[in-house]
Amino acid sequence: MNLTVNGVSHEVGSSELTPLLDVLRLEVGVTGPKAGCHQGGCGACTVLIDGEPRRSCLLPAGYAEGTAITTVEGIGSPEDLAPIQQAFVHYYAAQCGFCTSGMMLAAQAYLDRGGSGDPEAIQHALGGHVCRCTGYSKIIDAVAAAARGDSFDLTTTAVGKHTTMSNGGAA
Amino acid sequence: MAIASVASDAATEVFTPASEEEAIAAFGDGTDVVVVGGGTIVVPDLTYRRLEPKKAVLLGRSGMSGIERDGSRVTIGATTPVQALVDLPSPLGPCAANVADIEIRSQGTVGGNLCAAESPEAPRGDLQGAFLALGATARSAAGGEVTEEPLEDFLPKRGERLLLSVSFEEPAAGAYAGLDRPHTHDYTALSVSGARAADGTVRLAATGAGSHGQRLPSAEAGDADAALNDVSPHDDALASAWYRSKVLPVLVRRVLDELKESA
Repeated sequence: MNLTVNGVSHEVGSSELTPLLDVLRLEVGVTGPKAGCHQGGCGACTVLIDGEPRRSCLLPAGYAEGTAITTVEGIGSPEDLAPIQQAFVHYYAAQCGFCTSGMMLAAQAYLDRGGSGDPEAIQHALGGHVCRCTGYSKIIDAVAAAARGDSFDLTTTAVGKHTTMSNGGAA
Repeated sequence: MAIASVASDAATEVFTPASEEEAIAAFGDGTDVVVVGGGTIVVPDLTYRRLEPKKAVLLGRSGMSGIERDGSRVTIGATTPVQALVDLPSPLGPCAANVADIEIRSQGTVGGNLCAAESPEAPRGDLQGAFLALGATARSAAGGEVTEEPLEDFLPKRGERLLLSVSFEEPAAGAYAGLDRPHTHDYTALSVSGARAADGTVRLAATGAGSHGQRLPSAEAGDADAALNDVSPHDDALASAWYRSKVLPVLVRRVLDELKESA
């Protein structure tokens, strides 16, 4: 089987029946998708399949062959965060972080569909995702801001400062 | 290579039919075969080894997806995503919209939902009630033979046959009422669907009031409480039998009222 993950092609030996999540994490070595419940209940493993959010723990890997698989590693980089990632930083929308990659990918698909900042519509789009830190308000605020097209100066956030300080501290 | 924590599917032979004919051949007589539509119900069963089949038939590329209309007859292919139904008229549209969340609905299939095996934890087969209320016909195969029969007759043997499509006559009116879910991932705890055919016949059916979707003929004349004569609600992780017994007539009344309003 050949899988294209974040634009890179990988030849894998897993069976077509293996959940995509396990192939990504254990064979391809991409760990952005998290193994939470492994049965479709939490959304931590959500990836984009041709731009559509799917639970990778429920998807037989064979169904992903020939598609473009995007994980959180593929929507931005630490140096060049995607707007949704910037919004999550700005709004402190990640607490423990375990649900964050799934949340952001579901949100990315919502934004790509032209989703609005309406909190109810956002709740609907993220309905399959649980945050056990219960940080939902900030997550919804972040998605709404990204939907509005807000821009953020991340140097003014704690996370931005921390990055600067740790760089300075290492010197 | 060894993959920890993953279902040992090495012992499972995987078939990926590219057409309905190939799917029928791969299914054979259905012995020790697990059929995978979208995977949303079956894949966790494989992951946690509740299922260890000799053969798996992945229908994702079988081309058995789509909604076709021929006059007032609607035919829905078994691998049509549940999400494709949400804009259809009641009871099917609202019933489909109440299934899980948008990611699961977009991956899970109509056939997989209708054929879901019984679970001790929850009623599965959210859509069964809606299709029963529509008087749907199931087209299915086993041993290479294709037959059509009322969905009601098909449901008890859904584990032994490969569902190909379901079809129904568009009703004159439809209605749906269900319990709101405490969480989007739960199966429908209890719902009632109703449809009035062009000739005035009213059909009612419930999901979650038994081991699979059931008609509620006793209530079809208009007595909502009589629905309890047709079913024996049970306890599971989602709701108690007592609660279901209290709520069922309420949902039936709402559906009957909605049908009346649309007369």
